[in-house]
Amino acid sequence: MTPDLHLWIIPVLPIVGAAINGFLGRKFSRQAVAAVALLFSGAAFAMVLLVTARFASVPVPHVESLAPWIRAGTFQVDFSFYLDQLSLVMLLVVTGVGFLIHIYSIGYMWEEGGFYRFFAYLNLFMFFMLTLVLASNYLLMFIGWEGVGLASYLLIGFWFTRDSAASAGKKAFIVNRVGDFGFLIALFLLIKHFGSLNFDQVFASVIPLHSEAGGAGLLTTIGLLLMVGAAGKSAQIPLYVWLPDAMEGPTPVSALIHAATMVTAGVYMVSRSHVIFERAPMALTVVAIIGTLTALFAATIGITQTDIKKVLAYSTISQLGYMFMACGVGAFSAGIFHLMTHAFFKGLLFLAAGSVIHAVSGEQDMRLMGGLRTKIPWTFWTMTIATFAIAGIPPFAGFFSKDEILWRAYQASWVYWFIGLFTAFLTSFYMFRLWFMTFFGEYRGTAESHEDSAHDLALADTRAGAPAPHGHGHGDGHGGIHESPRLMVIPLVVLAFLSFTGGWIGVPAALGGSNRFDRFLGPVFHSAIATGAEGGPVASSQEETEGPESRSGHATELMFTAISVFAGLLGFGLAWLLYYRNPQLPQQIAASLGGLYQAVVHKYYIDELYATLFVKPLIAGSALILWHGIDQDVIDASVDNSAQGAREVSDAVRHMQSGNLRSYAGWVAAGAAVVIAYMVWMGTR
Amino acid sequence: MVPISYYLILSGILFACGVTGFLIKRNIISIFMSIELMLNGVNLSFVAFAAQWHALSGQIFVFFVMVVAAAEAAVGLAIIIAVYRTRETLNVDQVDLLKL
Repeated sequence: MTPDLHLWIIPVLPIVGAAINGFLGRKFSRQAVAAVALLFSGAAFAMVLLVTARFASVPVPHVESLAPWIRAGTFQVDFSFYLDQLSLVMLLVVTGVGFLIHIYSIGYMWEEGGFYRFFAYLNLFMFFMLTLVLASNYLLMFIGWEGVGLASYLLIGFWFTRDSAASAGKKAFIVNRVGDFGFLIALFLLIKHFGSLNFDQVFASVIPLHSEAGGAGLLTTIGLLLMVGAAGKSAQIPLYVWLPDAMEGPTPVSALIHAATMVTAGVYMVSRSHVIFERAPMALTVVAIIGTLTALFAATIGITQTDIKKVLAYSTISQLGYMFMACGVGAFSAGIFHLMTHAFFKGLLFLAAGSVIHAVSGEQDMRLMGGLRTKIPWTFWTMTIATFAIAGIPPFAGFFSKDEILWRAYQASWVYWFIGLFTAFLTSFYMFRLWFMTFFGEYRGTAESHEDSAHDLALADTRAGAPAPHGHGHGDGHGGIHESPRLMVIPLVVLAFLSFTGGWIGVPAALGGSNRFDRFLGPVFHSAIATGAEGGPVASSQEETEGPESRSGHATELMFTAISVFAGLLGFGLAWLLYYRNPQLPQQIAASLGGLYQAVVHKYYIDELYATLFVKPLIAGSALILWHGIDQDVIDASVDNSAQGAREVSDAVRHMQSGNLRSYAGWVAAGAAVVIAYMVWMGTR
Repeated sequence: MVPISYYLILSGILFACGVTGFLIKRNIISIFMSIELMLNGVNLSFVAFAAQWHALSGQIFVFFVMVVAAAEAAVGLAIIIAVYRTRETLNVDQVDLLKL
């Protein structure tokens, strides 16, 4: 008998916290709200740790059913939870990073209005994310999927009085609906052809199927539709446009939802459905191409952004592109590995950026920063670690995961590898650009006299107050540039530690490790492949999964590692040259590039393109056809005209009621005559 | 024996007279009398058919009609008196307050 791990407790804990804070929090003190939020998110983390400790003793995958949900003939869906290595990794990332960000948020949001609302939403997000990760069927996963979208919408629009935040929230929600449409159609197809949405049953019926190597069949269709959903949630081309705007939300939200967890749901979903994708090579290729292009595309935009959070947003899109690239070449465990390290270092980057923004009183423009190195040392050092991690410099976490992806991509096609490598260079360049612009050189901002500027109001959101303990509250103004309170620094340090060491669990064999992460996730991705190995491309992906050693020597792998490290260092060097040594040089280069530079600064005019192609026609069509045509001319008109008709008929008929008795008598006689005539006529027929 | 068609024709003539009087007369009393004429026209056809078919129900109907006519006369004349007292006229064309 398998032990009962009570998995349902994990998602339920945060929803309890959300309910308490959401319904009662208005009357609580800030301390009480913070305590509730921390207690329940921390308890969820503790519960996950407990499950982790007992993980070895349960057979995998471990499914626990809580209650039946839908029972319709042979089709049934339960509230049940699915635990295997993949969901365990996701659980640890979501609750661990989530808990740290909860701690950070207390410091960051202390002075903000709607404190209880913020934490209610944050806990609500945790609930849905954990539901998504733990679901044992696509439908429950979809509930979580939609729920995190809702939480994301609420938190992006947290400062809903600001127009830009409200519309950014709507944009995120609407763009995600486009993706969800694809996801939903995929679910319908699964129900139609496999009669189930449970992972176990679907995969069991998919595994005997042959790979659709020749052309596009059912599995390819399902795979592509799932990818549409993933592209929406994980901000991939062509649906990535919402993520940069989502930076309107508070910075901890950007860290938790739009960097570490929610946006990786697409990667998780594709990895979870790997059985389907492996049998649909065409869909996998599309995944890889979308990932690769997104990685490159977003990285180039990231170079020109001046808002510190926007740089990180494009960086997130780019890194998600890497994860999809990994999935697309069949290296799902590498994708999940990068997902995990990315959660650490990108969460840290966002939190550190929030700390920087806090330090300079709400300024987000990097051109108005600089020289902060000595003023906020904790932030500086933690951000340094994160920057090195994302740039792929060994021995930081990002190096191992990114290198793994590039190596696996090379085995699929050198094109992926080359674009990935170039993107790695760009990543390193824009991240060190950010690093140099923020922390080195002369301070270019005006934080000292910031208080009375009109700017202050607009950016009031990003200011976070310091809790009293460390001696300089908001009472004496923002003062100068100051380090963040301890509550914010501690999560930074923990995440920095993870960003530093997190990659060591996946050291590849070529570097003397044994890639324990890959082996840990192995059973999830291997078992299916082994049984479905009869198809051609599946067999080759099996070969890849079984280990690079069998195909290429360690020497080759080491060479590629050296090349990618070199690319990272090159980016560092270029950033150093342009933003430290010769800060006036970038302007000259930008000027000489002219139109190309303008195109990149304006994000390739994609938002404008979408506005012209979709938004404006939609609004015009809605106004012309739906509003003026259908609503006014059909619905309103039918109501108005029937009322008008009744009025006119009554106007005509009411003259019959003249009060004159003899005219009434006349009507009665006429009516009787008609009736008699009718009866006579009927009688003679 | 007189054929039934004679009775029916007479009944029709009586009824038509009633209708005509009802329509063209302005005096309430005359209108009232026209109604009685219509009722009796109908009564005549009832008894004619009853005699023709040797069925009692026609004659019983006549009694009902007479009872109702008597009740109606009582109520109607009371109304006429009430109207005359308040409006000092029996011309229906001048009693036309009940209109839009």
